[in-house]
Amino acid sequence: MAFITASWNPLGDAFYRSTDLYEMSWSLRDGLRDSLVAAAPYGGPIALLREPQRRSPSSRPQLEIYSASGGTVASFPWKSGPVVQLGWTVSDELLCIQEDGTVLIYDLFGSFKRHFSMGQEVVQSQVMEAKVFHSPYGTGIAIVTSSSRFTLATNIDDLKLRRLPEVPGLQGKPSCWVVLTQDRQTKVLLSNGPELFILDNTSCTVVCPPGLSPQDGNIVHMSVSFSYKYLALLTDSGHLWTALLLHPFNLEFTCLPRCRRPKSQQPSVVLMWDRLLLVVGVCNETIQYPIEDPCVLVGEMDGVRIISSSNQELLQEVPLVCQDIFKIASMAPGALLLEAHREYEKSSQKADEYLREIKEQSMLGEAVRQCVEAAGHEYDTNTQKSLMRAASFGKCFLTDFSPDQFVTTCRELRVLNAVRDSSVGLPLTHTQFKQLTLQVLIDRLVYRQFYPLAIEVCRYLKIPDYQGVSRVLKHWASCKVQQKDLTDDAIARAVCMKVGDSPGVSYSDIAAKAYECGRAELAIKLLDFEARSGEQVPLLLKMKRSQLALSKAVESGDTDLGECFTGRSQPLQTGFCKLQEQETLKDLYNQDDDHQELANYYVTASYREKRLEGRLSLLQSAVDEYNKAKNEFAVKTTEDEMRLLRFQRKLDDEKGAGLLGLSLQVTMETLLSLGLHKQAEQLYKDFRVPDKRYWWLKLKSLAEKEEWDELEKFSKSKKSPIGYLAFVEVCIKCNNKYEAKKYVSKVTPEQKVKAHLAVGDLEGAADAAIERRNEAEIGAVLSRCSASNSLVIERLNRARAAIAKK
Amino acid sequence: MAAHLSYGRVNLNILREAARKELREFLDKCAGSKAIVWDEYLTGPFGLIAQYSLLKEHEVEKMFTLKNGRLPPADVKNIIFFVRPRLELMDIIADNITSEDRHHSSRDFHILFVPRRSMLCEQRLKEQGVLASFINIDEYILDLIPYDGDLLSMEYESAFRECYLENDQTSLYHTAKGLMTLQALYGTIPQIYGKGECARLVANMMLRMKREFAGSQNQILPVFDTLLLLDRNVDLLTPLATQLTYEGLIDEIYGISNGYVKLPPEKFAQKKQGEGSKDLPTEPKKLQLNSAEELYAEIRDKNFNAVGAALSKKAKIISAAFEERHNAKTVGEIKQFVSQLPHMQAARSSLANHTSIAELIKDITSAYIIQCFPIKSHYVNTYIEDCIAQKDPLIKILRLVCMQSVCNNGLKHKVMDYYKREILQTYGYEHILTLNNLEKAGLLKPQTGSRNNYPTIRKTLKLWMEDANEQNPNDISYVYSGYSPLSIRLTQILARPGWRSIEEVLKMLPGPHFEERQQLPSGLHKKRQQGENRTTLVFFLGGVTYAEIAALRFLSQVEDSGMEYVIATTKLINGTTWIKSLMDRPESPTQ
Repeated sequence: MAFITASWNPLGDAFYRSTDLYEMSWSLRDGLRDSLVAAAPYGGPIALLREPQRRSPSSRPQLEIYSASGGTVASFPWKSGPVVQLGWTVSDELLCIQEDGTVLIYDLFGSFKRHFSMGQEVVQSQVMEAKVFHSPYGTGIAIVTSSSRFTLATNIDDLKLRRLPEVPGLQGKPSCWVVLTQDRQTKVLLSNGPELFILDNTSCTVVCPPGLSPQDGNIVHMSVSFSYKYLALLTDSGHLWTALLLHPFNLEFTCLPRCRRPKSQQPSVVLMWDRLLLVVGVCNETIQYPIEDPCVLVGEMDGVRIISSSNQELLQEVPLVCQDIFKIASMAPGALLLEAHREYEKSSQKADEYLREIKEQSMLGEAVRQCVEAAGHEYDTNTQKSLMRAASFGKCFLTDFSPDQFVTTCRELRVLNAVRDSSVGLPLTHTQFKQLTLQVLIDRLVYRQFYPLAIEVCRYLKIPDYQGVSRVLKHWASCKVQQKDLTDDAIARAVCMKVGDSPGVSYSDIAAKAYECGRAELAIKLLDFEARSGEQVPLLLKMKRSQLALSKAVESGDTDLGECFTGRSQPLQTGFCKLQEQETLKDLYNQDDDHQELANYYVTASYREKRLEGRLSLLQSAVDEYNKAKNEFAVKTTEDEMRLLRFQRKLDDEKGAGLLGLSLQVTMETLLSLGLHKQAEQLYKDFRVPDKRYWWLKLKSLAEKEEWDELEKFSKSKKSPIGYLAFVEVCIKCNNKYEAKKYVSKVTPEQKVKAHLAVGDLEGAADAAIERRNEAEIGAVLSRCSASNSLVIERLNRARAAIAKK
Repeated sequence: MAAHLSYGRVNLNILREAARKELREFLDKCAGSKAIVWDEYLTGPFGLIAQYSLLKEHEVEKMFTLKNGRLPPADVKNIIFFVRPRLELMDIIADNITSEDRHHSSRDFHILFVPRRSMLCEQRLKEQGVLASFINIDEYILDLIPYDGDLLSMEYESAFRECYLENDQTSLYHTAKGLMTLQALYGTIPQIYGKGECARLVANMMLRMKREFAGSQNQILPVFDTLLLLDRNVDLLTPLATQLTYEGLIDEIYGISNGYVKLPPEKFAQKKQGEGSKDLPTEPKKLQLNSAEELYAEIRDKNFNAVGAALSKKAKIISAAFEERHNAKTVGEIKQFVSQLPHMQAARSSLANHTSIAELIKDITSAYIIQCFPIKSHYVNTYIEDCIAQKDPLIKILRLVCMQSVCNNGLKHKVMDYYKREILQTYGYEHILTLNNLEKAGLLKPQTGSRNNYPTIRKTLKLWMEDANEQNPNDISYVYSGYSPLSIRLTQILARPGWRSIEEVLKMLPGPHFEERQQLPSGLHKKRQQGENRTTLVFFLGGVTYAEIAALRFLSQVEDSGMEYVIATTKLINGTTWIKSLMDRPESPTQ
């Protein structure tokens, strides 16, 4: 433990340390010499193009992609033109900028994605140098051509090329240049000899940094810090000049105050020569690190990664909290707590002394916090553990201390240790991890196809499925469908098994991916799992599977989806057309050979027709269709209807009866009330109207018109199918007791009592009831008797008694 | 205002409040004074959600009915159209707006689709060239409307027709959506049972949608234990018979619409002689009917034959309460009596109203009533024949004919053709379309060779009870004076002893029966207290009658049932409105 500070080097008030990250697992034959190397920040992948300038067509350079720990990810011969610069985008895509200005984009696994050009004029003048830079809006590219013109693209995903104005007096490429970006602006800072220019969309301005005179020589190198906050210039006379960029675009410089009391991180500059690495601080002190082979420096937000052909180190300023704890003879509470715990493990009473000391200053909470925080900054797991244990030990003596920070740090450290493993190769510091966010970390794991680890992480950190596991599965499935060596069935099964019903995974997205890769059948299989029919339909339509799309739309029940189909020539479901015009509906039935519905359509239409001829012809069409539908009843009925219409028309013409459109029954009623008995009779016969109904009709009609003789004649025409009680009741209803009585005698025995009662003949009713020896009927008659009918009552009572006796 | 919604087992006021909140949010989106142009059909359902006062609070100053031509003048900044997504309504709106432009006003137009916006409609507005005139185009998702403390309705009139005649599942889609909304507010329903084709479809859609919305797991403790989805076509018979509960009869005779009934005014005019002169007797009396009214809640579900006794008992209690005043001696007692006066007066006027209604119903002849009883078919034939000959109302005939067909697994070919011919000759040939619809819906069908299952179903499920006790019911059959609705029997058996006991019968009924489980997040499993009742949401797809609701309320009240029911439906129906919804009336040529 005491040796932790062994790797520390003081620089002014600060300390710098270098931490070994990996023994690189690659085996590079020629080291990093003569190679174009691009390594992405945040522990990103490394791309390596050997001898990019070799132009003989016989030997193609090899483009290799490694993880940050040197594990091979992809390797392929470079078949395209000469490459000037390699770079990585924020979403781990590889940019290869060619001499002719073409930019080719590859994914992490070396498969080509797309390309674009940096402009026509570049093709002739050729790219001299190129730089890839990052801003909050994405990844950008800047190039300078042999005609000394700069072109910028601030976001390669939303490509807008900007050609910057000419730089006065610049011949060939500038001696050095950097891209500055802040907010939405991007500018180029360049030097030509001792002069410094700032170049933006419209102008080129000379800038004179204070304290840097032309005597200091030509500016040969410049570098801007990760945050675009600090600028360093190196002149050929060996002057190193650094400045805090207050506002990068006005280039207001403030000279850094010398040796300010350190409470914040101090800027420092790392310079690398062939065999020497130099860290220069503002306090004019330096640290020297000898190096053996060519290295690549990767700027991170909190340090610099030094990648050599054999290993990788992280050079960073020791975080303050770690300084506090590990600095020799430190009396910071954290340091004391660590010591206390160490003694405690040795079962030494000194533990108590240390603890007391902290507690006397009431700094125990602070001590715990320091230990936890420091653990986050440590790379070595043993150091992490001892710090966390110390924190946990200290926590025991605190009553109301929120465990949140402790728990979170524990979890995050586990995740970080897992991704730092050289098999994964994401050497993230805790600070970088916080900046990158967990979401992005998971994305990066997914890009690298570490699906199981990503899922583990999601589960371990209890990320809601929607943002966690599901997202991983979605990527996995999209990748799975591209595996050419598996059958559609196998893939569909595998996808379905893994993804199942995971919330938020859109099968249609996966299917769309499959379709993109030319696997339409697989896409259809996958779409079957899609929950949202709304999502299925558009893709199916795109795949020209209209029939299937239609049935899916129907299945969804969302009528509105039917919208997708209007204007397509294919059988539509009526449900969708209900809202449309009637005519469309007719065409549909026609297409479907749905004769029954077509006939019904004609019937409906016939009622909208004003002219009789039109109406009849529509009905005839209906008859034809009913015939085709083999609906005999409907054929017959519709023919009847036509017959009735013609009949009504004829009578309307002859007698002005106003019958057209009336029902058969009402027509007969009207005829009878008009006295047209013969015509009514004709309808009765022609339409085979049941006797019962006709008798009722005629009975009511005659009674209403008080044609009593006619009625009597009618009653005698044959035996009444509706009996004669009806006659009695109808007559009574028309207030003709006299006529009613005529029919009482004809009534069947069962209805006699009722008939007598209807005409108010109590005696007759009594006689009938007694004769029939029916108790209920006797009761009915009794209930109608009043006191004046004492005789009848007596008789009835006697009869009832007689029945009861039996 | 809607306190009665929160008294039930499930506080349905939450749903109403959610709906109101959304409405308020939309109204506030259109800043400034506004006028609403109503699709008239929507006013009823909206009345159950928000009164005019709510609209007024949000600067709604005028209300119009949607119709062709120029909009009535109104000095407001915003014109909001509240419409169903129907093409013909879009044409009217377009007409409104084009005639508006000529009168160069600078009013803002908005459109609120209820219950869902539709691409088709927007397309239509675009074709008419008015789509750009709208500042806001929004949808107001009003699927399930709280109707009473235990009753939800979608007020979707054409649901049955669309599903069974037109093969259009829009209503089912809305049902599923509505159930999702309900689950969002009341927690995931762990068990879903169903019977029927549509039930299966709705359950499928729900499960689909659950997958779709899955990310955000519902963390609400489930209020409903079970959801039962029932197709109307599983039980076609019940609505055909005349409901014999008090509420059912009011609906059968006068029609209850959105909780209101309009009654002939004569009976009510006499009651209030003092102030009666103001009431024009020609204006129908409009009464709100829901459980907020204590007396109504008490008698609504009784068999009508038991209502008289209940009313006279109530009358005695009320007059006894008024008599109390003679016993009030001390100032304190008098004060207490006075404080109860408003309540007592309300009770008295409520009693007067219901006595009048009961008298009105009693006057309607028994010929009106269609009852479901085992009668020999040739008697039925003659009866129907006579009814047609006497030209009874067509709907009554159709109800009778359909009932005979359903009970006998179809009609003999000859009988059916005879009925059809009789109907067409008597009521007009245009009804061929209606008859065709009834056949399509399965209400009317020719007998085929297959066995008539109905007697088995009837016996197994004990649908016809000889001696229904109308006064103190002991079985659900009291709601139809001896006939138990099949739908409710299925619900009852599901609760106990379970559907497994009637597998055979279930197979005879149309459509599949099924059970689905929805996974609950751990920690949301209910810990049931001893004796705590379970709650089932019964959803009738295609409509439910008041008598069926009464039967379910009866089951909720049976002490040892251990189950309480909340009822939801696409539409509250009775035989008349139901058959009407299946009728086709071609427009006459001349009128």
